[in-house]
Amino acid sequence: MAIFRYPRPMPSDITPKDVYLSRRELLGTGALGLTAALAGSARAEALKTHPGPYSGRLTPTPEEFVTGYNNFYEFGMEKDDPVSHSSDFHPLPWTLEIGGMVKKPQRLDVGALLKSSDIEERIYRMRCVEAWSMVIPWDGIPLAKLLQAAEPDSAAKYVAFESVVRPSEMPGQSSAFSGISWPYVEGLRLDEAMNPLTLLAVGIYGESLPNQNGAPIRLVVPWKYGFKGIKSIQRIRLTDKQPPTTWNRLAPEEYGFYANVNPQVDHPRWSQASERVIGSKTLFGTKRQPTLMFNGYEEQVADLYRGMNLHDNF
Amino acid sequence: MSGFVRRQWAFILYPLGLLPAVWLVWQGQNGGLGADPVNVFERSLGLWAFRFLLICLALAPLQRMVRFNLLRFRRLTGLLAFFYAVLHLAAYVALDLQFDIRIFGRDLMHRPFIILGMAALALLLPLALTSNRWSMMRLKRGWKRLHRLVYGAAVLAGIHFFLSFKTLNRTSALYLGLLGLLLVARGPLVWSSVRRRVAGRP
Repeated sequence: MAIFRYPRPMPSDITPKDVYLSRRELLGTGALGLTAALAGSARAEALKTHPGPYSGRLTPTPEEFVTGYNNFYEFGMEKDDPVSHSSDFHPLPWTLEIGGMVKKPQRLDVGALLKSSDIEERIYRMRCVEAWSMVIPWDGIPLAKLLQAAEPDSAAKYVAFESVVRPSEMPGQSSAFSGISWPYVEGLRLDEAMNPLTLLAVGIYGESLPNQNGAPIRLVVPWKYGFKGIKSIQRIRLTDKQPPTTWNRLAPEEYGFYANVNPQVDHPRWSQASERVIGSKTLFGTKRQPTLMFNGYEEQVADLYRGMNLHDNF
Repeated sequence: MSGFVRRQWAFILYPLGLLPAVWLVWQGQNGGLGADPVNVFERSLGLWAFRFLLICLALAPLQRMVRFNLLRFRRLTGLLAFFYAVLHLAAYVALDLQFDIRIFGRDLMHRPFIILGMAALALLLPLALTSNRWSMMRLKRGWKRLHRLVYGAAVLAGIHFFLSFKTLNRTSALYLGLLGLLLVARGPLVWSSVRRRVAGRP
């Protein structure tokens, strides 16, 4: 790995101590404003994170791959587009709205959440529908926690998620090619959303999310294919009808509403029985491993789908 | 161009055509293909096969515009297309599937995406095997008819290529546009040969 060397200032560039100290006094009053301005910058912020449950004995994929190989069509269709075309995106300040069929609609200040000590680390497997996989150390809070605070109505059965639309900051949204109608939308059944595995992530590797990974807040549903993990979420709405989801709208015969990881149900164009493991540095060193039912989270989620035909409800 | 190059172009152009494959292997072993090197490798090989196929098809229409002989490069480009298609398949079976024959078997039975690609390669096989002077003399007029299969292979490869993306994008639009253009350019020739044959019947 490359070592970053800080540029050393010339002795002539260093401010003399007395001048520095006199400036400190002036700044005393303006310090609050300065902190607020810095909070809006895109630089990664260290999080006060503590280990959460379900992490198991998994070795995370090298960070350079997790932050350099992304599907985030808002920034372009190639895997390296998100990392190279997302620097104009300014995630903070950000308010996440939770509404619809709830008793107490919420407005969550994500900037404040980033500073809270509620954030836990969950090391999860990530299985992409394209038959590759990673292991990612997420930092976030269980979605159930937020939904409980909003007090869903008893008639609410589904949770609909909506991402951000900012064509000026997201070049993929102004491209005529993808055929996707923005915003990106996703959905879960309410019981799936309330499952303790379901996470709203605000960070990876102990730092706030980079833009290309869905800053400032995104969904992580480890037993489903990666595209269910909607990024840069702006609105969450509880509803009694199954909400439309972006990839299902685009190709309903290829991507279902459930999109549970299932080695027995193949994609029309490729097998889902096994997966390429991201993280090898060489072409001939790439490994392939069997895909696990519900991506290895069968114990936690199999009950959600008892008696359901998983071939029809793919 | 020196006299040597003009006479011995094959000795220079064949190795030149293999350079992309060498470059891809070298990059793949040195971290140059990114996080998912196998995927980039197999897709790039397929794209090179399609590129050489398109160049091969473009030579005849282009011939009408230039004075030197382009048609002699059809064997070179056609063979390179076949070579890259074989490498593309080998990369899929060996590096991607790691010889999981059950998956490959299901691919061949169930998945139009894979079946189309295999069919394109199957059509190129007899063309590659008969791309020599001996076969041309043995097959006489049949050789020309046999080698029209290249259009079928190009159409099948084009659909396979289109299906390899999740949505239409710049790359697939560009290459499919080129294929369409080349098929249209061959239209008049095909039409006149059809008319000749119809007229020639008693």
